[in-house]
Amino acid sequence: MNESSSSKASQSTIIDISNLYLTFETQTEPVHALSDVNLQVNSGDFLSFIGPSGCGKTTLLRVIADLEKPTSGTISVEGQSPHEARLNRSYGYVFQTPALLPWRNVESNIHLPLEVSGYSKHEQKKLSQHYLSLVGLSGFEKKYPWQLSGGMQQRVSIARALSFDPGMLLMDEPFGALDEITRDRLNEELLRLWQETQKTVVFVTHSIPEAVFLSNKIVVMSDRPGKIIDIIETNFPKDRTFDIRETPEFLEASQRVREALKEGHNDGS
Amino acid sequence: MMEANRIFNNLISGSVGPVMILVTIIIMVWYAGAVYLNSSFLIDRYEKNNVNWSFSELASDSWSMERPVLPSPHQVAKELKRTIWDKKITSKHSLVFHSRVTLSSAMLGFVMGTFLGIGLSVGIVYVSALDRTLMPWIIASQTIPILAIAPMIIVVLGSIGIVGLFPKATISTYLCFFPVVVGMVKGLRSPDKILLDLMNSYSASKAQVFWKLRIPASMPFLFASLKIAIALSIVGAIVAELPAGAQGGLGARLLSGSYYGQTSLIWAALITASVISATLVSVVGRMERLINNRMGLQT
Repeated sequence: MNESSSSKASQSTIIDISNLYLTFETQTEPVHALSDVNLQVNSGDFLSFIGPSGCGKTTLLRVIADLEKPTSGTISVEGQSPHEARLNRSYGYVFQTPALLPWRNVESNIHLPLEVSGYSKHEQKKLSQHYLSLVGLSGFEKKYPWQLSGGMQQRVSIARALSFDPGMLLMDEPFGALDEITRDRLNEELLRLWQETQKTVVFVTHSIPEAVFLSNKIVVMSDRPGKIIDIIETNFPKDRTFDIRETPEFLEASQRVREALKEGHNDGS
Repeated sequence: MMEANRIFNNLISGSVGPVMILVTIIIMVWYAGAVYLNSSFLIDRYEKNNVNWSFSELASDSWSMERPVLPSPHQVAKELKRTIWDKKITSKHSLVFHSRVTLSSAMLGFVMGTFLGIGLSVGIVYVSALDRTLMPWIIASQTIPILAIAPMIIVVLGSIGIVGLFPKATISTYLCFFPVVVGMVKGLRSPDKILLDLMNSYSASKAQVFWKLRIPASMPFLFASLKIAIALSIVGAIVAELPAGAQGGLGARLLSGSYYGQTSLIWAALITASVISATLVSVVGRMERLINNRMGLQT
């Protein structure tokens, strides 16, 4: 019941990329970061880019976010150009590092995008309270970033990205720098957030279990030039827990991702 | 032996001990230097008058001369007491009066230099043409000896009718703006690319990036610069008082001291100037700590 209703709502395409190329001009030789990328992301998807370092997965995410301009090809985000989508604040971006401002406390860090967008003080307070409790950090409002652990800092960063209620959450290896225990816990929490907020999430990772556990669509990429090798769809229940990591379906999906990665690697060399 | 070690360790571990030791050494060297530098004049005089003299007489005479080459510490201390405590602060002989004159032009120059420096740094960071053209001139400005250009500025400004506090303050400004420009250019450029991307992802305006990111990030750089600038502002004000034949100020005091061979007067003015500078630097340091606390930064 839940499945069918949400799948119906998620049929609309929110990101549409076709024939996308991106070449960086460097002093020695041009670097082909992205080559012939074609991809549709549907509303409500949890989609992961996975691939070796330097395969352009972060670059692709940055193109969606309009932090990088493609050389050729077309891309639309929520039916508009990435530039317009950025101006409309249609996504929240979570970086590899928490990227908190050290001179602002937790609450005030979450207020940053709200201040920029012109929310009233009252709304800022209300929203920061709401999203801090959502990431389990109520009571930490007045702490400064240096007083928090790495995992807590990244939670603040996620709360900040959600605070202005964008339709999409773009996440660039957000848990890459964390220890595995913290990472597992944050993975489960992220899944819960995805379920509760109904956001579209585009997630970059180089961890196969993380990608398979979190995503309903896994985009496997190869390096030099960065292109899409395979798109693997999974159909795990939305309220899954880590128990599914022992199921044959999970292992099979992991195996498919691993093989696609290997294939991409062989192609590249 | 153990006991002596313990006492020695206590002495050098705190901050009072080492400072006291250093001050004692400086005073001892000073007294010895006074004997050494003043002795040739005294010995000449002894020989002319056929006086038999001992070393202790030479020492006590060299520490109490009317016009010594190097006055002894207690002579300078006496001069300080005479000109700071005993004179009315409105008197032309009061060091408080002269300090106020110097301080007011130094502070005006410091404020102008700080604003000029911040303004230039904003221009350099935001306008790439200024970045390429302005910096060489700013550096060149500091290679000109301040002693050479100070009279020029005073004379030029005086000839177009600008006299008094402002021309003197411009010399301080001339020295002050440089560390502020250098520090603030670095400070305004200090935010990581990731933070600029973050602001970009919120489609923040240039003004928002400036006030919410670049300015707070530049505070540590600003205060490092301000500490240098405020000490330079006193130097600038004193230098500005030298060529103009100024009626007041520590510079004028130094000048009249050297006219009349009143070395203790010169030393008293020098010590006053350095005490003022040190106080100002520590005031800036206090402001920095206050702002750091308000910004929640670790110090």
